[in-house]
Amino acid sequence: MSTEPLLAVRGLAVVIGGRHILHGVDLDVAPSGVTALLGRNGAGKTTTVRGVLGLVPRTGSVRFLGEETVRLATHALVRRGVGYAPEDRGIFAALTVAENLRLAERPGAGGPAYGLVHELFPELKARAKQLAGTLSGGQQQMVAIGRTLLNGNRLIIADEPTKGLAPKVVTEVARVLERAAQAVPVLLVEQNLAMVRRLAEHCVVLADGRTAHRGPAADLLADPEATRRLLGVGRRADAVSEENPMAPQDTGTAATSAADSGKAGA
Amino acid sequence: MSTTVLLAVTGLGLGALYFLVAAGLSLIFGLMDVLNFAHGALLSVGAYATWWAAGGHLPGAGSGGFGFVLAVCFGTAVGTVAAVVLELALIRPLYDRPREQVLATVGVGLAVPALLSAIWGPDARPFPGPAALSGTFGLLGARIPVNRLVLIGAAAVVLVALRLFLGGTRHGLVVRAGVEDRAMVTALGIDVRRAFTLVFAIGGAAAALGGALGGLYYGSVDPGQGTSLLIFAFVVVVIGGTFGAGGSGAATGSVAGAALAAVVVGLVQQFANYYTASGLGDLAVVVLLAVLLLLKPGGVTGRLA
Ligand SMILES: Nc1ncnc2c1ncn2[C@@H]1O[C@H](COP(=O)(O)OP(=O)(O)O)[C@@H](O)[C@H]1O
Ligand SMILES: [Mg+2]
Repeated sequence: MSTEPLLAVRGLAVVIGGRHILHGVDLDVAPSGVTALLGRNGAGKTTTVRGVLGLVPRTGSVRFLGEETVRLATHALVRRGVGYAPEDRGIFAALTVAENLRLAERPGAGGPAYGLVHELFPELKARAKQLAGTLSGGQQQMVAIGRTLLNGNRLIIADEPTKGLAPKVVTEVARVLERAAQAVPVLLVEQNLAMVRRLAEHCVVLADGRTAHRGPAADLLADPEATRRLLGVGRRADAVSEENPMAPQDTGTAATSAADSGKAGA
Repeated sequence: MSTTVLLAVTGLGLGALYFLVAAGLSLIFGLMDVLNFAHGALLSVGAYATWWAAGGHLPGAGSGGFGFVLAVCFGTAVGTVAAVVLELALIRPLYDRPREQVLATVGVGLAVPALLSAIWGPDARPFPGPAALSGTFGLLGARIPVNRLVLIGAAAVVLVALRLFLGGTRHGLVVRAGVEDRAMVTALGIDVRRAFTLVFAIGGAAAALGGALGGLYYGSVDPGQGTSLLIFAFVVVVIGGTFGAGGSGAATGSVAGAALAAVVVGLVQQFANYYTASGLGDLAVVVLLAVLLLLKPGGVTGRLA
């Protein structure tokens, strides 16, 4: 285990329109593999990601590659090597697929990796001239993920990349993220626990705008009581097929008092 | 017949002038959500700088031939620089405060005419121009002033250049993307503020060119010209928004919409002024605006939202 996290967030607080949305989120992204950011609807996952990127006003500390970035503009942080696939996919509907990808090009060693993107998503090559607004949800998600793979990024942040997609497409997204994570660490916001089980090594759970739990993802998922308490019940854990059940027991990584007051409504 | 032709060409010339102002207004609004009430001032700056240079104050420039071309280039350049300074010094620092931003542009829009009036007086000054552009030519029995054609030609060139810029360059791509979703542009590692400065420069250049050529059209410059043109340019931008294809408010579409709307407004104004009482043309334009807004409210809110 390497010591220093790739991304270290401490005491991240976000206030929007006078409303405190994040009260102090702590979060580490390991220097390799997938770190899952979990929590019920409205827990503050998306706001955390947007706060890290500087897309909303934030306070606290955001260290990326050992450098404090909380005062950096979004574009400056991104240029240090962050690929971001937002929750709403962030597609430019009136631009073509090729133009959406071209926007993400950044000057850097080796040039844009179109070979990789087209190998993973052959459809994007075939549909290069199509307006992105006319793509299906799954195809738009491919554009969004493709944009994060175009540059030699040091970190990929994907916010619910499987949300609203058909099971077949979910499997494809999982396959691509799995492959991407072999080369680049991924911070994955995900509600689909089968995805988390398959991809994530580490997890951070938010509740009501605070970090409620941090630890190995397998430990959390192996503890039905903790899973239910932190993430709510009845999550769709069926969309990705999986063979091996996870390790036997956990040691209850002291999930803090995330007494779910039930006000985290969708 | 000859009257109709003259009215049509004059209306097109006026529409060309509106377009030169409206193109920048619409790009700036589309990309930055900034209503630039100082845009008319940029036109006035271009007009006075051209007038000053053509009057013999700028070495090499003058009222005829190449000297006049140089004067127009000078006026356009001064307007461009003024627009960039405006964006960097006033718009950018107030970016988080849209209300103050509007007030600042209104302030500049009032201060510049006052300043011009203080320096060169409140009265209209005759605008020098080449003899070749002050004459007329025959078209279908009408005597058409040449300066109308100059304006129409300049607006057509600006329209084509804008479309090439938006469709064929990376900066243009960034502008088109920024019109859709500024935040996502920055999240791709692009400093969208540079695009802001760029559209101000482009908009300022077009407005200042409009000021320079508007001097020919009106035969004079006065401090209030920019302000009165600005009102119609805003009408053109809003009407152009209603022409946009069902909310897919891309930048290219808004420029094309502004061009079409500028022609319609210019023609309606000219014909209504001639065939009804003088002055009713302005009213007709406002009525047209109201009717379009009532018939197609979604088209506008789609762009103004
Ligand atoms: N721009 C905003 N303005 C006001 N409230 C917001 C805004 N963005 C998010 N929220 C609120 O903050 C809370 C957390 O939202 P979000 O970060 O999207 O949660 P998650 O991604 O975990 O579902 C929710 O209650 C949401 O309504
Ligand atoms: Mg979310």
